[in-house]
Order: sequence, then C-alpha cells, then structure tokens
Amino acid sequence: MVEEVFGSPYIPNTKNDQTEMLAAIGVDSISDLFADIPPEKRIDSINLPQSMSELALKREFQGLADKNAVPGDYAMFLGAGVYNHFIPSAIAPLASRGEFLTSYTPYQPEISQGTLQATYEFQSLISLLTGMDNCNSGMYDGATALAEGVLMACRVTRRSRVIVADSVPPRHQLVIRTYTKSQGIAVEIQSREEIAVNGDIACVVIASPNYFGYIDEDMGGMVNEAHANGALLVVSTNVMSLSILKPPGDYGADIVTGECQPLGIPLSFGGPYVGFFASKDEYVRQMPGRIVGKTMDTQGRAGYVLTLQTREQHIRRERATSNICTSEALIALRATIYLALMGKSGFAEVGLHCFHKAHYLASLIQSLPDFELPFDGEFFNEFVICVPASSKEILEDLEANKIIGGLDISDIVSKGILISVTEMNTKEEIHKFVEVLSRWGGNSRG
Amino acid sequence: MDSAMNNATDRALLMQRSRPGRRGIRLPKLDVPVQVQLPAHLQRGELPLPEVGELEVVRYFTRLSQMNFGIDTSFYPLGSCTMKYNPKVNDEIASFSGFSGIHPLQPYTTVQGALQLMYQLQESLCQITGMPSASLASVAGAHGELVGMLLMRAYHNYKGQLNHRKTVLIPDSAHGTNPASAAMAGYQVVSVPSDSQGNMDMDALQARLNESVVGLMITLPNTLGLFDPNIEQICDLVHGVGGLVYGDGANMNALLGQVQLASLGFDIVHLNLHKTMSTPHGGGGPGAGPITVTSELAPFLPSPIVIASPSDQEDNVSYQLATPDLSIGSVGAFHGNFGVLVRAMAYIKSNGADGLRAVSENAVLNANYIMKQLEDTFEIPYHRTCMHEVVISSRNLKEYGVRAMDIAKRLIDYGIHPPTMYFPLIVEEALMIEPTETETKETLDFFIQAMLAIFKEIHDEPQILHEAPHNTPNTRLDEVLAARSPDLRWRSD
Repeated sequence: MVEEVFGSPYIPNTKNDQTEMLAAIGVDSISDLFADIPPEKRIDSINLPQSMSELALKREFQGLADKNAVPGDYAMFLGAGVYNHFIPSAIAPLASRGEFLTSYTPYQPEISQGTLQATYEFQSLISLLTGMDNCNSGMYDGATALAEGVLMACRVTRRSRVIVADSVPPRHQLVIRTYTKSQGIAVEIQSREEIAVNGDIACVVIASPNYFGYIDEDMGGMVNEAHANGALLVVSTNVMSLSILKPPGDYGADIVTGECQPLGIPLSFGGPYVGFFASKDEYVRQMPGRIVGKTMDTQGRAGYVLTLQTREQHIRRERATSNICTSEALIALRATIYLALMGKSGFAEVGLHCFHKAHYLASLIQSLPDFELPFDGEFFNEFVICVPASSKEILEDLEANKIIGGLDISDIVSKGILISVTEMNTKEEIHKFVEVLSRWGGNSRG
Repeated sequence: MDSAMNNATDRALLMQRSRPGRRGIRLPKLDVPVQVQLPAHLQRGELPLPEVGELEVVRYFTRLSQMNFGIDTSFYPLGSCTMKYNPKVNDEIASFSGFSGIHPLQPYTTVQGALQLMYQLQESLCQITGMPSASLASVAGAHGELVGMLLMRAYHNYKGQLNHRKTVLIPDSAHGTNPASAAMAGYQVVSVPSDSQGNMDMDALQARLNESVVGLMITLPNTLGLFDPNIEQICDLVHGVGGLVYGDGANMNALLGQVQLASLGFDIVHLNLHKTMSTPHGGGGPGAGPITVTSELAPFLPSPIVIASPSDQEDNVSYQLATPDLSIGSVGAFHGNFGVLVRAMAYIKSNGADGLRAVSENAVLNANYIMKQLEDTFEIPYHRTCMHEVVISSRNLKEYGVRAMDIAKRLIDYGIHPPTMYFPLIVEEALMIEPTETETKETLDFFIQAMLAIFKEIHDEPQILHEAPHNTPNTRLDEVLAARSPDLRWRSD
C-alpha cells in the first residue's frame, strides 16, 4: 500500500533538499533564518483552515459561482459603463498563453518583445479609434483614467480648478473627487448646457456618450470655448461607440479616456478591466503610466522598449507624473486581440447592431402608454426611460421574468431606468422586455 | 528564405498585415428592423482598423508570445516581484461563468456567491496581517499605497491636524512608488537613510520626527531583503509624534505565517496579491493591492467594503457592499479587480494555514541558499541572514569593464530571467535576486552555476557579456533613441 504524504504541488523542496540546503547555509533549522523577527511576536500558524486538494477547491468555488446569476440565466439589459458584449473564442487561449500571462512588466526588452509589441499595437489601435495622436499602455480602469486626465490637465495648464459636466458618470465623478481632493484641486459640477469656462479653469470634463447614453452634439463648440480660455477639453467616451461615431480627436479634444471593457473583456463583477488614456502629441511627456516606443537594436533591427521613463516613479520618485506601476497589461492585450479579430468591418457591425437594437427597444417602449423617454437627442446603445411605477418595482418584476432590466437611476431621474442594449440581446429578449413593461402601462396595475 | 525575411514577417504590425476584404470574425445578421440612422454629422468615416483573418491573428499573437520569458518558460528571480508559479487551477476558477459573467451593478441578491468570496478574502487577509479591517478596492500595489496615504490624510483631518502635518518619511531604500504615492496624496517626502547594517538609521529617524510628520512608509522586509530588527521601536517613535505607520506589503512572501505586522505596530498594511498570492502578473497587470488597517482607521476605508448581515443560520447570511462612515471615497469605478481576488482566494484556500507558512519558510531558505553559494564569488554588501531575497553588488567588477547590466543580459543566454538591476538605489551595481519557494533545488543550483560561469567569463572573455544577449529576437535596444524621438504608434505613410 502506498503511504500518503503531505506535500504542496507548489513547493518542490523535499525534506532531503531542505536538510542539504540548511547544511550548506550552516544553520540547524529554517526557524533560525527568521531570528531577526522579535521572538515574542513570532506565531506558529495563521488562523485559517488547512490546505485542500485541487478537486476539493474546484468543488467549493463552483458552489460559490453557482450562487450568482449570469447572462444566460437572465437577459441582460444592464450597462452603465460596462456591457455584456460578445467575446470571440480566440481571445482567451491567446491571452492565457503562459508567456504573456506569467511575465512581469517588460523591464528586460530583449526577452519581452511579445508584450512590448502587443502594447505598441494597443497604443496604435486606440490612437486610431479615438482620433488622437498618442495613447499610453493603459490605466487601472476608465474612472481612474479620467481622474488622471484631470490631474494631467492641471499639470499642463498649471491651474487648479476644473469643471465636470453633471452628465459624466457619477462613479467617475467620485473617483475624480478622491484623486483631486488631496492636491488642492477644486472640482465644480456644472450642467452640460450651462458650462461657463474662464481663465482659471484647467479643463472641462465631458462624457460622450454621457452617463445616460446620449451623444454630445456640440463637442466642437465645447473644444472652442475651452481653448479660448486656455483650458483643455477632457472627454470620457464609450470605446464601443467609436465604431460608428466621429471620434473626439476629430473635434479637437485634448485628452480622451475610457474603459476598454467592451473590447472582449469579461464583466467579472467589475474587474480587472483596463482604462485607455489618449492625448495630443504636445502633452505626451506629461502623461501618466507606461508608454512603449519603437527603437532599434545594436544590429539595426526594429524593436520596442518602455520609453519616456523619466516621467515615471522608478526614476522621478516624488516628482513622477503618477505613481502607477503595475497596471492592466494583460487586459490591454485582450482588447488588442479583440480589435484585431473584429477589424474594420466586424467592429463597425457590432456598433451598428448595438445602435439599431437599442433604438428598436426604445421605439417599442416609447409606444407603450405611460412610459416615456425623458431626454431628447441622439443616443448610441443606452437610453433612459421613465416608468409609471417606482423604478425598483419595475426592475423587480423584470428580474422575476429573468430579465436584468437596467439600472435604477431614480436618484437622478425621477422614476428613471437606464437601459443598455448590445448585440447580445436578441429580438425575443427585446420583445419579452416590452411585454413585461406593457403590463404596467395604462393604469393596468391600478 | 533568409532570417531577415523571417524577422520582417514576424514583426510586421497588424495594420501592415491588413488586406481589404479579410475578417477575423463573423457576426449574426441583424434581427431587428432598423428604426433610424445615425445623423451623418455624427458618423465617422471608414474605421481605421486592420483586416486580418482569424488564423493570422492566432499565429501573430502566438509568435509574439514566443518572444517573451515567463515563469512558465524560465526561472525568473526578479527581486521584489515575487515571480512564483501561478497555479493554473486559479485561472480556471476565475473563468467560471458564475464569476466572469456577472455585472458589477447586478442586484445583490443575484451575486451572493461573489460577495461571500470577497468577504472571505477580507477576513483571510486580516488573519494574515493581524488587522481587524480590510478593503479590496485598490487594484495594484501603488494604488494601495495611494489609498494608504489618503487614509492618513483622512485620519489627521478627523483629528483636526490636517494643516500642520505635511511630511511623509520614506527610507532611502524604498520602491519609487512610495514617494510618488505620497506626492499624489499632496504630501512632501523626507528620505530616511539606512545604516551600515541595512536597517533604518535610528538617529536619522529621530532627527526627522516632529509634529509635522504625517507618517512613515516602510517595506518589511526592506528592499535589501532584510528584516529590520528595530521595527517595533520605529513604529513606537512614529506614533510618539502622532504619526501613522504604513507597511508596504510587497515583500509579504517572507513573512506569511511567521509574524502579523499588526503586532509590530503597523497601522496600515497593503498586500500585493499578484506577488504574494500568486496571481499572474500578465506582463504588467492586472494586480490587486488590498489594504488592511487598524480599527481606528477602519471608518476611513475606501468604498466599497463587503459586510455580512448576521443570521441565526450560517446558510442565511447575506452579503452586501457598503461605504464606511468617513470613507476617503471611491478609488475605482467598481469593486476592485474581482477576477484577481478570486485567484487569490483560491490560492489561500488551496495552500491553507500550513501551506502559507511553508511558502515563507522555503522562500527564505532558497534565498539564503543562493546567498551562501555566491558569497565567496560576488560581493554581498549587507552580509547577514536575508529573508526572501538577496542583493549582490558587482561594483568591484567595474574594473573589468563589466556592469550589473552585462551580468543580467548574459544570464538571458543561460535561459534565466535577469534579477532586478540597479535597485535598491543605495547599492551600487545592485542585482536583487528573489528565487521564491516554487523553484526546485536543481533550478537554484543551475542559477548558481550560471552565475559562477559568468564570473569566470568576466575575467576570461568580458566581450561575451557586453554583446549579450545573443539568441533573442533583438539584441540590446537603444533606449536613448526611443526617448529622443518618440515613436509610440503605427502611422500610415
């Protein structure tokens, strides 16, 4: 009979190895190596359960996963910044190749050309999509990208007051507050229609599409007003909308940020995602984060390196443009592979499907008695409806019918629900959504 | 076909591979009637994206991956980065549809499993550091540092001392993110020198302590791989002037199950889950840098934290997200890097209390073994028992025209990822070696033999080091050229 021996699959040292190594070092026990720790503070064990097998581990976590409802169980009409889009099958096997997955930040360029060239591709494709000159290798998420955009605008203009449109996503507004408060930057929230810029303002921050899904139809006018006052225009955008919309760069925006989650990134309960950060050429040396550049090797061949590093914390320390170090490289790789697969025609088609399906659902809801769309203007794939009962009641009814129907925004828009539609929503799902809503209109529930 | 052609083929960018009419994905037909068209003035012209087939995409990115070293391909003793094996099961678990498919704003009732997992992770990290409270919101080490600095700010503000506390003390051996994070929080940085043993210079610390001190940021073990035996006294001194102590947990791999940092006097400790808890580093993230704190600082934690509603029956506990009363606010759009948190929780569960302690024991054993085997050949500037990593110096080899960089690049020819170079800054020509606990003794011996062989080469044929690496897709790259004329993206000619 084989004797069972405890051993970690992740720690290969055998007792014999340990004995040999201790003898080489010249100490009696591993414990001796920890002698610098105050003896009275040393512990024997962490108060946690003992180790478990891979089989038991998978069973336990499958149990936790099964407690969550996922798209498939439900029709998903919830967006508000991150969306249930189709993810091509080729992304996961490529992005999970060990050479990408288990490498560190590419400090040694000769053995990191894969990560570096892929990052250069990311910078290229995001620059092209946004219509901007340059882009960095990625930020933690869309919200921190926008907050760092505000900080950069303050550095560039040497001013410390900023205007943020009230239609910028509230979660982004909160992160801007957290990031700016300690630096003495004053943030004023203004209605988009009433933004008034003056010579003290570092930047104006708008979102297009905005939190409610609507497109800023006067971005060019806003650029002009900001520039006339020496301020920058910072635009937060939904990257998927750039499949069909004229990009912010074409209007003259100075800094463009956003969330790459729509580009083949699983929803994963809020992360990991990757934010993008694009700007004009003249501000590139004020950018936060890693940037990859093309150069030559000693034999004259093209290759890639981390560049403009004198902006960064490991060189500049407290005078760096940001403290960012580890970011979201693998997620940026996923976005890059997504854009490569979707390509010129596929990405435009996805965008059009989102647009048309959203407008189809909106038109059906608009024709229901007692439902209305409170905002005028053009939207991309998200819109707001006002409902004849409380938003909460309606969403609970939808949930009971296996539909996650959107986000309750009644704190901002009375009886409002923010609805997102993507290429994943079928005509049947759209019809079922409308059918559930139709039971609420025309005083049918008293 | 010559190799130059092959290289050109390998390295062509997506836009250069593009051919009109190719595509990498087929989509379903639109199944709803078209209601309206986007007004022409809002439409963009032709999309500036490549047209390539799926196989081309697969081959291209597969080929790119082959130009990388990873833990899966090579020994990776990159000091301070804890490049340990990343168990595959953790990736598989994170990809379960019940985790990867859920929207961050779904009703709490539909995500109880995810919230329970986060709650368990908060509790587990608290057990590891000895702190009572945790937040998982920060998504990287530096992000956690920023949160830590904002916590200090909120605390001093609450005590009515915001205006006169201005300076953060940071050892001269610290990682660059520490001063950068303090500056982002609006603070001035004062550096504290190290003494001849590699510990904090206690006299210098005393001289810098006064009522304007916000707190101290300190890494334990420090970036020399040394445990500062004065740490309790250091914390006491900082507390004595009303300051707080931030523990950068980047090096927690040395201490798992050996000591709880809370018991030494720390107020705030972050952990790098992409180091200590073995979530893969992905070529530069995603990571996660959760924060654990004392009860005094818990009310200021960033939003959100996960709370459990008590119940008589264990199965009926319900979980939800909450914002602490005096929270510093949000530091990201949602709830942290959940996919990374799942991997870390799986790692903690599979290792268990016994396995986590074995991690630190073997990590420290391996580092000391390497130090011992190299000490007769290479200079060890701070020669005492190290923790999970050892720093050597090649300054006495400069007379042969060889720099730390040359040794690092030559290791690549032996199939080994170089150690961290030129850090910490207080060691001239530093090479910082962190073997981790997941490597075999045979691998450590191979590394040691490679280092000894390189030492011989330095004397016999130094040119071979200057030209290293020899078998990589690129030889050494011109970083000055890259910075002088930045080429940061593809452009059409």
